[in-house]
Amino acid sequence: MPTLVYLEDHEGELVPGSLGVLSKAAQLGGDVAAVVCGAGVKDLAAEAGRFGASRVYAADDPALEAPLPQPRVDVLAALVREQDFDTVLFGASVLTADLAAGLAARLGAGLNWDLVDLELRDGALVGKRPALQDSVYVDVGWKSEPRLALVRAGTFEPAESGGEAEVQDVAVEIQDFSRGAVMVERAHAESEGPSIEDADVIVAGGRGLGDPDKFALLEELAKALGGAVAATRAVVDAGWYPYATQVGQTGKNVSPKLYLACGISGAIQHKVGMQSSGTIVAINKDANAPIFEYADLSVVGDLHEVVPKLTELVRGRRG
Amino acid sequence: MKVVVCVKEVPEASARTRIDPGTLRLDRSGAAALNAFDAHALEEALKIREGAGDGEVVALMMAPERAADSLRKALAVGADRAVHVADDSLAGSDLVATARVLAKAVEREEPDLVLLGQQGADSDGAVLWSALADLLRLPVVSQAASLDLGDGKVTSKRQTEYGYDVIEAPLPCVVAVSDAINEPRYPSLKGIMGAKKKPYETLSASDLGVSADEAGEAGSRTEVTGLAEPPSRGDSVRIEDDGGDAAEKIVAYLAERKLI
Repeated sequence: MPTLVYLEDHEGELVPGSLGVLSKAAQLGGDVAAVVCGAGVKDLAAEAGRFGASRVYAADDPALEAPLPQPRVDVLAALVREQDFDTVLFGASVLTADLAAGLAARLGAGLNWDLVDLELRDGALVGKRPALQDSVYVDVGWKSEPRLALVRAGTFEPAESGGEAEVQDVAVEIQDFSRGAVMVERAHAESEGPSIEDADVIVAGGRGLGDPDKFALLEELAKALGGAVAATRAVVDAGWYPYATQVGQTGKNVSPKLYLACGISGAIQHKVGMQSSGTIVAINKDANAPIFEYADLSVVGDLHEVVPKLTELVRGRRG
Repeated sequence: MKVVVCVKEVPEASARTRIDPGTLRLDRSGAAALNAFDAHALEEALKIREGAGDGEVVALMMAPERAADSLRKALAVGADRAVHVADDSLAGSDLVATARVLAKAVEREEPDLVLLGQQGADSDGAVLWSALADLLRLPVVSQAASLDLGDGKVTSKRQTEYGYDVIEAPLPCVVAVSDAINEPRYPSLKGIMGAKKKPYETLSASDLGVSADEAGEAGSRTEVTGLAEPPSRGDSVRIEDDGGDAAEKIVAYLAERKLI
């Protein structure tokens, strides 16, 4: 099963999501290669060996500097055809969803998305995908090769296996229409502290905070716990907190060790972004809040009283 | 300025949806509605037409005949014309098969702009536009939280994991809009009445020159092979903050699990 894993990079680092997928591919076995696309990404390419790639293709070209999908479709399509990869895996993101779908169309290939597991069953690759608001899991497969898959963000942890990868240059030929969309201004990190996707602890707030200023309570608690602050779609749309911190269907998928939900009712759109968290603690005044259906520890109470006390106690333990 | 808006029909949000254990496809027999995410694409198209003072908005849907009511809703809201690709042979089309059919229908229209919503509420798919753009060989912009037109190009703010990018693309192009981009209008009574008189074209796969092996189940390269229950989360603990000692209890709970 020659497998190719696309490695996404951001600000000079390979993103954990794609390294997690690479580690999983290595566990499944067979010949696993990876590909990095960008400008000046060769050094990054070499790093992938530690996560199980036997070789890494580096498509290094100024035309690939901006994180836009279409030039990458051109690179990957040529690579998959030339090297005859039968499986191409992506850790899902805004960029890779567009890349994978464009590649599927170009190659006439099957793409399964939002996978939360991959396994080999009698030699055949099977993906698991939650469907209908996660009320059911479906097994998905491919009727032909190459098989393309987008893995839900945060599903697989990067695991170092300590190998070394041979880095190979890839010729970059880009179609005219792929050069059409251009990045005029690139997003830069808006918030300080750890990105919510990398945080072990997340303190998240929703409408139940009642007031944008009350995010200060969560910031204090997050600081005491060494974690990051996240927000729901509702409060981001209302302009209370930056989009970069949004958890859920249209924001980020996170899976910290601890997720502390404060004043969040727990709509399904939120649930899909955080349900794979290790331990979920929910604080809500409403005893019937849906979030209590899937919290490990449900606290029926007023967050405005509970959170500051909790912060004091955590500080006390640390101090 | 001609804008094609791709829309789809999905089971109504309140309906209890299920996957048919026999066909392993979504059971679409219940109440259905226009995909709410597509309403934002339609709204943006209407705004563009209104801003330009002229132009045409074409609502395009690939769905069985019975979905006609949903497509007529797009006309009631303000689209000028509907194109409905309805063909039993298209049932079971996966991403690429669907994109092939839509691409053929879009090519026939030669629009300046193709708009889509940010995802299908039924499949949670958020990938169609990019497959469509590749087949049309047009530039694509996704997750557009804003969209401005001028000088033969679109400028868009795009939501990503890292904030907002600003992307430009020349027309014609494909843009998928986020649901933060606008507040969709509701159809007026006049709109609903007028929708019946608007052009409504129904096309088959062969009308579009889509062959049997390009779409439907035969043209699809993915398959659903089984169903399973989602994993359960195990035991949960509930505490009420009666005595005001909830914070202590939370700390004890977290300490026990070595989370602090």
